[in-house]
Amino acid sequence: MSTQTVDQLDAPIAQSSWGLLSWVTTVDHKRVGLLYILFAIFFLVVGGLEAVLMRIQLAVPNNTFLSPEFFNQLFTMHGTTMVFLVGMPIFTGFSNFLVPLMIGAKDVAFPRLNAMSFWMLPFGAFLLYFSFLTGSAPDAGWFSYAPLSTKPYNLDTGIDYWILGLVVAGIGSIAGAINIVATVLCLRAPGMSLQRVPLFVWIMLMQAMLILITIPPLNSAIALLCIDRWLEAAFFEPVRGGSALLWQHFFWIFGHPEVYVFALPAFAMISEVIPVFSRKPIYGYAFVAGSSTVILLLSYGVWAHHMFAVGLGTSANIFFSAMTMLIALPTGVKIFNWTATMWGGAIQLTTAMLFAIAFLIQFVIGGLTGIMFAAVPIDWQMTDTYFVVAHFHYVLIGGILFAVFAAIYYWFPKITGHMLDERLGKWQFWLWVIGFNGTFMVQHFLGAMGMPRRVFTYADNPGWATLNAISSYSVIFMVLGTLVLVWNVVKSLIDGEKAGNNPWDAFTLEWATTSPPPTENFTSLPEIKSRRPVWDQTHPDHADWKHSKTPEDRGRRPDRARVCAWAFVISEAIFFALLIIAYVVFNFDQTGDGPSAVNSLNVERTGIFTLFLLSSSLTFMVAERSLRLGRQASFVTWLGITILFGVVFLAGQAWEYTDLLTSGVAIDTNLFASTFFTVTGFHGLHVTGGLVALAIMFALGRKQRVTQAQSKPFGAIGIYWHFVDVVWIVVFATIYLRVYQS
Amino acid sequence: MFPVFQPESPQAQAIYDLFVIVLVISGVILAIVSLLVIIAIWRGRAKATLPEQDFGSHKSEIFWLVGPTIVVIWITAISAKLVLTINAVPKVHLSEAEAGEPNITVTGHQWWWEVQHDDSGIVAANEIYIPVGKRLRVKLQSADVIHCFWVPQLARKMDVIPGHDNYIWLEANKPGTYQGRCAEFCGTQHAWMNFKVYALESDEYSKWETNAKKAAADPVRADALAGKQLFFAHTCVNCHTIEGTEAEATIGPDLTHIASRKEIGGGVLENSTANLKLWMKNPQAIKPGSKMPDFNFNDRQVDQLVAYLESLE
Repeated sequence: MSTQTVDQLDAPIAQSSWGLLSWVTTVDHKRVGLLYILFAIFFLVVGGLEAVLMRIQLAVPNNTFLSPEFFNQLFTMHGTTMVFLVGMPIFTGFSNFLVPLMIGAKDVAFPRLNAMSFWMLPFGAFLLYFSFLTGSAPDAGWFSYAPLSTKPYNLDTGIDYWILGLVVAGIGSIAGAINIVATVLCLRAPGMSLQRVPLFVWIMLMQAMLILITIPPLNSAIALLCIDRWLEAAFFEPVRGGSALLWQHFFWIFGHPEVYVFALPAFAMISEVIPVFSRKPIYGYAFVAGSSTVILLLSYGVWAHHMFAVGLGTSANIFFSAMTMLIALPTGVKIFNWTATMWGGAIQLTTAMLFAIAFLIQFVIGGLTGIMFAAVPIDWQMTDTYFVVAHFHYVLIGGILFAVFAAIYYWFPKITGHMLDERLGKWQFWLWVIGFNGTFMVQHFLGAMGMPRRVFTYADNPGWATLNAISSYSVIFMVLGTLVLVWNVVKSLIDGEKAGNNPWDAFTLEWATTSPPPTENFTSLPEIKSRRPVWDQTHPDHADWKHSKTPEDRGRRPDRARVCAWAFVISEAIFFALLIIAYVVFNFDQTGDGPSAVNSLNVERTGIFTLFLLSSSLTFMVAERSLRLGRQASFVTWLGITILFGVVFLAGQAWEYTDLLTSGVAIDTNLFASTFFTVTGFHGLHVTGGLVALAIMFALGRKQRVTQAQSKPFGAIGIYWHFVDVVWIVVFATIYLRVYQS
Repeated sequence: MFPVFQPESPQAQAIYDLFVIVLVISGVILAIVSLLVIIAIWRGRAKATLPEQDFGSHKSEIFWLVGPTIVVIWITAISAKLVLTINAVPKVHLSEAEAGEPNITVTGHQWWWEVQHDDSGIVAANEIYIPVGKRLRVKLQSADVIHCFWVPQLARKMDVIPGHDNYIWLEANKPGTYQGRCAEFCGTQHAWMNFKVYALESDEYSKWETNAKKAAADPVRADALAGKQLFFAHTCVNCHTIEGTEAEATIGPDLTHIASRKEIGGGVLENSTANLKLWMKNPQAIKPGSKMPDFNFNDRQVDQLVAYLESLE
């Protein structure tokens, strides 16, 4: 291991306060990032302990260690915790800490929003875990399949806490993702064109964009479930005309891209670790970056491979099978890129590198079983068995968690300024390799023996007891390995070897500053002329820009407020798209008695109020133009008119709702009424939110606090306001104008 | 021991054949990747000099893509072919479109299976008797939440969804007992929602059919008679059917031939006098969360009830 360092910067002596309050109030991306990582690790332990309890229960047949009710709560909470309280925050944490450093920025684009995004998370986690105190944690699985999760089959409040917790955490995730997108697009240091960012940054940009489009379908699904449970609608109740399959579609439109939300960061980490410890640049930067983008684009088209056993029909099965096979290619090509990076390199078997290599092999195993599941008939046999449990744990632990361990060993010196002990690191590595493979390899065989997943116990069938015992006892190795890691961290923080700026002789900008970096990250930046600016600095004879040309930076950086508004609008558009799809699904053929669009809606009247809303977009544009030209009085007047038009629209909606309710059409009446109130209600809420923002601008405008200088952020609000109008045009066309069709 | 790898029907055999092909391909790919990684480490670990800074070449990347692409297209093709033809495996059978009314209707309940033989009108629970070598059309429906019907040795897995009927083929090549299970999480007792498929030679099957068609005869023994009175004095009749009596409810399993069943409680216990008594004493202790409440019968009542149930052969 090389400890050669260049341009050693003195660590700033006057670090800001390290008291407890400073952690609550911090908006520094490094501290927020660290909070994310610590939060995730805490819940990794909690979720891990839940898994340990389950493995104790399953260690012997016919066990009575846990009741079936508690076991079901445990696997529900284990899945929910690992996805929402570990997977999401751990990568957002690394992204937060590293992305600004890697692009030579002082902080993220919106530091205060960043802090808010983080603090939503403990709030959501609290709601979720509070359910244990109510006597029943959620117990319908992390996927909460309807109708098992609806009121007729689940009266406990657990599911309600699950809904609340996920919505709150989800809002934080979207806000956090917006921040990363804006940071990468707007705050790159001079010289760093978008084609020169480290692969970690590029892939995390793709991941953040994926989060923006992944979480909204979950929110739509959860909104419908919530309305079912609290307002007695019947979206998912087949007895009252609802559809049990709609939940599965919505959930997996979220659920499968979510897998890539976890896989992409793992690829991002590995793409930094392997090159550094092979002493070579990544082989095929463009392929790794491009294939990540392809994954982003394809990830929306594979959800139904979770539904091959529901009887979707032959053509749907084949389509989603082919799409799934297709998405395996950009994933598979990366394996070759990493292997080729190692090929001919000077391999340094540090702990980080060992974890990266184990990632490579174990991820291939998980990927290959994934291919098996993409082959529909094999899925028909193996889905919902322990074979699938083994498959996704090979992806999530053997792949993704191993990548996180690699990242911890690799970036720990940068984050804390101390090295982790390599000898202890190797102990942890081997304990985890043995423990992980011992636990999950045998589960492939259990699946072939016919053991379904999510069973709290099993009969003493031939072979089951032995393999389950091997699986359970192997967990001990993982627990020991984790303790070694904890000991390693503690030991390092107390008297670990000082890291210096660049202990690994690494390539990217985060290694050009002190460890840990000062509050504003850099005192001076090296010149950025390639993808490896620090390598260029430390190896001037072999500098990348001499051998491999990369596109020059043309200095284009979009306005961050606009990027933020667009990112938000895209995510909201998906939320509405799914609600509108739900409307179309349930009102496609308007047969039967009861209220419908035809017999309940006053299209002409709503048409008039629609004109008010649409006009408000025009008056907003006039207001925006006035502000840009510095005509303050005209700006305030036109903004006032915009607000007035918005209020008139809402009044029209209130009139319409009153008419409907007095004639006995409420949200629980039938599926038309449920979908109608859901779609228009959420739109009305968005109009209201927009009006609040406009009213604040109006008040500040009158006090001369919003002036010409703020015309760009004001324009960002406009993007949202126009978006709300566009949504209404779609809603009006789908719900109201269709009346004329029939 | 490995039902997935011991197919006993043409459909399960076809899936198994596909599985073996994909397993072999996967094994080869894993071996190639592992070998490359090991060689790279072996050759690179002692290297002290700065390696050549190789940024990659699109030519070789595209070359690598060719192999995996061909493999993936091939797997997609053979699995799509099986998806298209599995309902007509082997070929002499009718395709799905030509299929007629179902022979058997299976209804998933929390947490047991109702089995209705549509040809003969026989209703059973958690046991499906079929004649060997005959291909039966099974309709799958749910009375409550989503379940999943899975007999690994005989057929594909198929979800059982409320408001969405599914159909599968069931067939066994040779006589035997085939384990089936619910594979979709369906609530508290998902673990004990097992069933068995008994494939019988045709003469054996007709013997079973003749017996199963019979309504329940009145018990002879005194304790069984007392048990019958208890059965009708309590709320048992609100959930269960016993053909030939006024018990006609369909919320719980049909008990007309309970004594000839091999298991009770969705596989949680073998059917024996002692186990039936355990169950009647307090079902919630055996299968917590089960829809059958604890009636707090005393030991004498339990004995009488079990005597009655055991008379129902």
